[in-house]
Amino acid sequence: MKSVLTKPIADNNPIALQILGICSALAVTSSLQVAVVMSLAVIVVTGMSNLLVSLLRNQIPNSIRLIVQMTIIASLVIVVDQVLKAYAYEISKQLSVFVGLIITNCIVLGRAEAFAMKNGPKASFVDGIGNGLGYTLILLVVGFFRELLGAGKLFGYTVLPTINEGGWYEPNGLMLLPPSSFFIIGLFIWALRSWKREQIETPDFVIAPNSRTAEG
Amino acid sequence: MAKKESISRTFIVATLLCLVCGVFVAAAAVQLKPLQEANAVMNLQRNVLMAADRFDPSTDVADQWGTVEERYVDLATGRFVDAPEEGYDLDKILKNADQYTVIERSNDAAGIGRRENIVKVYVFNNANGIERIVLPMRGKGLWSTMWGFMALENDFNTVAGFTFYEHGETPGLGGEVDNPRWKAQWPGKTVYDVDGELQLTVTKAGQADSSTGYEIDGLSGATLTTNGIDGTVQYWMGENGYRAFLENLKAGDA
Repeated sequence: MKSVLTKPIADNNPIALQILGICSALAVTSSLQVAVVMSLAVIVVTGMSNLLVSLLRNQIPNSIRLIVQMTIIASLVIVVDQVLKAYAYEISKQLSVFVGLIITNCIVLGRAEAFAMKNGPKASFVDGIGNGLGYTLILLVVGFFRELLGAGKLFGYTVLPTINEGGWYEPNGLMLLPPSSFFIIGLFIWALRSWKREQIETPDFVIAPNSRTAEG
Repeated sequence: MAKKESISRTFIVATLLCLVCGVFVAAAAVQLKPLQEANAVMNLQRNVLMAADRFDPSTDVADQWGTVEERYVDLATGRFVDAPEEGYDLDKILKNADQYTVIERSNDAAGIGRRENIVKVYVFNNANGIERIVLPMRGKGLWSTMWGFMALENDFNTVAGFTFYEHGETPGLGGEVDNPRWKAQWPGKTVYDVDGELQLTVTKAGQADSSTGYEIDGLSGATLTTNGIDGTVQYWMGENGYRAFLENLKAGDA
């Protein structure tokens, strides 16, 4: 059971290895605070949707299983969005459409289809939480570098005083734009695969022998 | 019970699921609506107070709001009018052709397309009458419509504060409109010159001449957001916006 929880964090990370849920990782990581709230929302949704799908898995007709999963996920996401608007108004304004877009986050549907349909409710719930935590890890790493290098702050507190504020640090504007997440996620995957070499995939294509210069 | 994969079973599962999910979502939305509306009102009030430089973070917004008066202005005549009986909902007004004016493209510096006929303004009163007035305005930035307030002193020509309460500009670049250092340029600037011509402008970053009293420095790295702010000011303080109203106020005749 413990491995179900911890495996998705480093060994089978939903973003770094399964390459799911990249788009929201680009969008909501410009500051750590929104990244944390988004992560919590995703943990709740993946955990609950896995639990519910798993409880219903023996009742769901195969022909409409994806629709059933989507309906459950969409309902959960709408409720999470409503709760944020009621209790965390400022942050929900910053997250804007991205909470709603958890519906299309492939991690949620991916785990419901790949795990919750085949496993019991308890294991499914833990798997959902674990995958949510794996997503969280990436968001925190990306958010840390983007906010620190882009705005000189962490959680809104100034770490590197910027020139605009009368300090010395010239912020890197690229870090505030979504494409910078690609670089950070790429470097993260590189680091992760250097540490856990078994994650390195075999190349789909191998350079043909006749394109190599003959030894001699 | 029919078999798991039968057609009737499929319909039963789908119907039940829709019912349960529908009730669940509707219940959450209805239960939380009062809280959400209260949040939206409080957010607006806080921003009006911030624009007028009357915001004190240590106490409750509702307490500070006490003396602020909501009044309605007909922009065509430039005079106060009675509160609309059906309430004031800008979303509905901008969909009702009787209640908005289409802005010609050549005049549309703010890039908003249509403008409500009746505007809700916020008046801070003291013993001598109006102390400060907060005027809502909006305009297109780079990515988004930016919703803001300009507060004027009771000479109706000196800026008391300026703030955007909702926008989707790039964080760190155009998003620096929220930076208190940038907003600190606004108080004390003059909107109209002695002939009543609109002079207040937002220049390119680093090019404002502070000796004139009319120029606001733009945001560096955010030319299009800066242009949008300037357009917002040009439109709303110009003759299609608040100018007639402010002249009436100056003459004591609004």
